[in-house]
Amino acid sequence: MGSTITEKILARAAGRDEVHAGEIIEAKVDLALANDITAPLAIAEFEKAGFTKVFDPARIALVPDHFTPNKDIKAAGQSKLLREFARRHEIVNYFEIGRVGIEHVLLPDAGLIAPGDVVVGADSHTCTYGAVAAFSTGVGSTDFAAAMAWGHVWLRVPESIKFVYSGRPQPWVTGKDLILHTIGLIGVDGALYQAMEFTGEAIASLSMDERFTMCNMAIEAGGKSGIVGFDEKTTRYLQSRPDGSHAREAGRVFASDADAEYARVLEIDVSSVPLTVSRPHLPSNAAPAADLGDVAIDQVVIGSCTNGRLEDLRQAASLLRGKKVHPDVRCIILPGTQQVCLDAASDGTMQALIEAGCAFSTPTCGPCLGGHMGVLAEGERAVATTNRNFVGRMGHAGSEVYLASPYVAAASALAGHIATPEQVGAAEGGSR
Amino acid sequence: MIFEGTVHAYGRDVDTDVIIPARYLNTSDPAELARHCMEDIDAGFVTSVRPGDIIVAQENFGCGSSREHAPVAIKASGVSVVVAASFARIFYRNAINTGLPIVVCPAAAGGAKAGDRLRVDLDAGTVENLTQGKKYDAEAFPPFMQELIDRGGLLPYVKSRVAETEGA
Repeated sequence: MGSTITEKILARAAGRDEVHAGEIIEAKVDLALANDITAPLAIAEFEKAGFTKVFDPARIALVPDHFTPNKDIKAAGQSKLLREFARRHEIVNYFEIGRVGIEHVLLPDAGLIAPGDVVVGADSHTCTYGAVAAFSTGVGSTDFAAAMAWGHVWLRVPESIKFVYSGRPQPWVTGKDLILHTIGLIGVDGALYQAMEFTGEAIASLSMDERFTMCNMAIEAGGKSGIVGFDEKTTRYLQSRPDGSHAREAGRVFASDADAEYARVLEIDVSSVPLTVSRPHLPSNAAPAADLGDVAIDQVVIGSCTNGRLEDLRQAASLLRGKKVHPDVRCIILPGTQQVCLDAASDGTMQALIEAGCAFSTPTCGPCLGGHMGVLAEGERAVATTNRNFVGRMGHAGSEVYLASPYVAAASALAGHIATPEQVGAAEGGSR
Repeated sequence: MIFEGTVHAYGRDVDTDVIIPARYLNTSDPAELARHCMEDIDAGFVTSVRPGDIIVAQENFGCGSSREHAPVAIKASGVSVVVAASFARIFYRNAINTGLPIVVCPAAAGGAKAGDRLRVDLDAGTVENLTQGKKYDAEAFPPFMQELIDRGGLLPYVKSRVAETEGA
């Protein structure tokens, strides 16, 4: 029997020739990460259990990105805990304000994730790194505390679902539309405990930024992980990292065997995937953006670990440049990292967005989880390029979030209601 | 271990944002988290919950964010055990790791109504609806997870594994 890419990565990490779905293994951890919300609980558990040292200060990342720059005194206390722990244990990858970014944009961009890695993070969107052919999965604070001490994690080897995307996407349709559409097809527990393996010619033609977006949302279908196979785009991405994660590639690039076993194979013709929006209050409530009718909005959020990369901001700017955000709409831009900010500043993206009337934030998770920098009042409605639209996710329990791509979000910011680029008069496009 | 309590019933896909909204995650204090438990799905929960009560839900309980504050808040609110048709995977791990008893039992979850009295026997693996006079078998945990539960959570297990490594 052949193996999936996920089984091969986990076999290597478990020091075994092969492992198969259903087995429980102890896998070596290449990187363990946590943020200002999940690390404080983990630090308390780590210390309560009597651990005095971390397994490797270079293989832990502490990223204060959720309620930072500190939104209130309690949040400042949590950040302080993280900072002091990082100093005490000489954590190499602690990122202070001014250098920090949104963890799932920052860590791969900083060259900390290599193909074949096993990454566990105390944040559910840790599944993002499957875009560089790594196995990565979200865990809780106690699992992170254990990984910090032990350098290993227990895992049940997941079954995989193979998604085969064929055909050419319609104009403006991006990886975000593909993943919202996919979650709509299988539901919010359609991939429960499983790995989502994204394959096919349409995935090969996606940019790295789009692959990150797709893997990021595997958790919204209940998935343990999302993964895209290694190709020349992965190589180019890794070679352009500052620390060169490609240096660790040798012997760690895996691919699924032709006779690998899958729980399910789903074929999706992307030419029939519309611009997709997920309506409140589940990511699986997917619908064609053009069919929603007149849904008036109060706020647009463009950014986050899902869509806060340079390409996302450029797509938004391509629609907003030279125009004005609708007078009844607040449009907030949440770039993923300081480098994204710098790049957006140097290529004119930031200027176009600010001139259009957008608020340009420092990198933070901010309003995505109802933290700060754009929390919604009762009865308010937002279109967001983020990943969740649960009850109360962006603020008051009586507010609503519609999930969409940067193109749809920017078009909606102009229109004052949910709209497609075509509906706001954009010339046919959607640069790939 | 046997728990007997009154049912608080919920549907499917109860996410960790409604179990404990992120606006309260600027603290890790269990008592403070418990004061806001289930706030965005059931505003009356905090005042109606009694020590030993049981949460019953349908599929995919605890989906979404990895926040361990969710099982911590449920446990600190006095809930003795959560019975569901299925659990989202991070919540499932977090519950085992932090010692919040959980039981997978679709039949019991499907039949229970708010206010019913349940008796959950973790050792026998049964859920009994005392109000309706029905008894169900729960799904057994895989042996490794049962070992973690028996040891009192993940960290006691990891402590012994780290000690083995250092002793080797």
